[in-house]
Amino acid sequence: MIKNSAAEMSAALSSGATTSVALTQAHLDRISEVDGKVHAFLYVDTQGALEQAKKIDDARARGEKLGPLAGVPLALKDVLVQKDVPTTCGSKILEGWRPPYDSTVVTNLKSAGVVILGKTNMDEFAMGSSTENSAYGPTHNPWDLTRIPGGSGGGSSAALAAFEAPLAIGTDTGGSIRQPAAVTGTVGVKPTYGGVSRYGLVAFSSSLDQAGPCARTVLDTALLHEVIAGHDPKDSTSINAPVPQVVAAAKSGDVKGMKIGVVKELNGDGYQAGVRQRFEESLELLAKAGAEIVEVSAPNFEYALAAYYLIAPSECSSNLARFDAMRYGLRVGDTDGASAESVMNMTREVGFGREVKRRILLGTYALSSGYYDAYYGSAQKVRTLITQDFNKAFEKCDVMVSPTCPTTAFKIGEKADDPLAMYLNDIATIPVNMAGIGGMSLPSGVAPEDGLPVGFQIMSPVMQDQRMYSVGAALEAALLSKWGAPLLSQAPVLGGVA
Amino acid sequence: MSSLSRDDVANLARLARIEMTDQELENLTTEFAVILNAVARVQEVATTDVAATSHPLPLKNIFRSDVVIPSLTPEEALSGAPASEEQRFRVPQILGEEA
Repeated sequence: MIKNSAAEMSAALSSGATTSVALTQAHLDRISEVDGKVHAFLYVDTQGALEQAKKIDDARARGEKLGPLAGVPLALKDVLVQKDVPTTCGSKILEGWRPPYDSTVVTNLKSAGVVILGKTNMDEFAMGSSTENSAYGPTHNPWDLTRIPGGSGGGSSAALAAFEAPLAIGTDTGGSIRQPAAVTGTVGVKPTYGGVSRYGLVAFSSSLDQAGPCARTVLDTALLHEVIAGHDPKDSTSINAPVPQVVAAAKSGDVKGMKIGVVKELNGDGYQAGVRQRFEESLELLAKAGAEIVEVSAPNFEYALAAYYLIAPSECSSNLARFDAMRYGLRVGDTDGASAESVMNMTREVGFGREVKRRILLGTYALSSGYYDAYYGSAQKVRTLITQDFNKAFEKCDVMVSPTCPTTAFKIGEKADDPLAMYLNDIATIPVNMAGIGGMSLPSGVAPEDGLPVGFQIMSPVMQDQRMYSVGAALEAALLSKWGAPLLSQAPVLGGVA
Repeated sequence: MSSLSRDDVANLARLARIEMTDQELENLTTEFAVILNAVARVQEVATTDVAATSHPLPLKNIFRSDVVIPSLTPEEALSGAPASEEQRFRVPQILGEEA
């Protein structure tokens, strides 16, 4: 049962073939069985999940009209607050904190009857590409436990790949939904910026952060997308427009006559051979399905990484100033006569990890008087150039595509001491965040040289998210008929059940 | 490209309110030399004729009616406080002894 898609689970719930309590218990059992090896979860809310499942079963028994994902379990990235459930953001500075309110994403999940199993591991404050920056230890990739599950949302992607949950929520500032999806053989979508409310999403880089759906199929991702998206008066950057019809697009998967733009600059040197091979093969399949493949150029994408590592740290240095040891979270050194400033200094020293401190200081520098124009100001100009590249390219195509990441999953520890090498993972995912458009990663097979999953990235213009779902569904269907079974059936078996 | 001395990094840590060890300052000084060199590439294309983008959306002020709506109770608001007293956050000394 736990290997089914969320859509199949939903059908089984509607027909009475199973109950939400049974389905939730099966996933809780799976978590007990395998999470000791995977470490996808920071907190499992056994009681809360079973109570919510019971509530949905009772409502169904009373004949109440329920949404398509009612009673289906989900794993929530630990950067979104859920009332009374511990939220750490993977940081010691928030250890033990129980938020007094729900994020809008959680409110929407609860009203849709989705069962939240618990909170998933992540790089501290979503800063990282491997989940190694979590203060609570790394998450392991179910395909190979010695490798990273991607980051920052490695807990969510690993939970999906290990069948600990059929649905998950991630957040994507520079690729933190799409890169973990790519390296675990799962699907992840970063919606258009402003498509999903940021209320209750602990801010890292406010102009880039976006929560989105993660699952094992394109349709499941679309179903979850429609649950969490929509205008929210509590987020002033939330777009007040109808949610794109992503479920209809995922169901039709029609790409006939669509123009698919291959980004010239996001392929070639620096991309692993097997990654390129799977990418080319996917393009052939899309052409066979009736799409027209064209080449587009985005000359300024090569500056995206540099601009990102100025803009994101700048915004983070401001956002993380709220962790001041005064109103919530950790407080260190509060002895008689200690000043507020020294308590702040000591708390932030003890509470933040290495990468977070590195980025706060980098951002402090980039924003400081005398250097602002050279660094933050120049990065903002690059942001304009990247957006112009997208606009020009979208005149020639309906969606743009590239490999999601240059390589498959690397070994835990391999890049831990080389921040620049780590940052290079995000080279193909960052431009999407800079322009605020939509991006999806779905599995395109395994690289022949290492047997590890490869991701295919689809980018769609602002509030045209349905386009990437059409293309994703078409490619998924073509690949499935080629493979005969979902890609995850090729992953090693972690436990006895399933 | 500009590089930062250990004292510059120590000053940034002071501004960011993080009390860092000598070892951390040493490491960051080395790392920043590499990182700043990489990110300074933005200056190659950031010419004066290019406008800056601070945000992906055309932001405008959002107004709402001035109506009282339910919010956190004092107990909820203080539920995560490291220390509280008489429905207030208790914080360490902010002013000097003499003040």
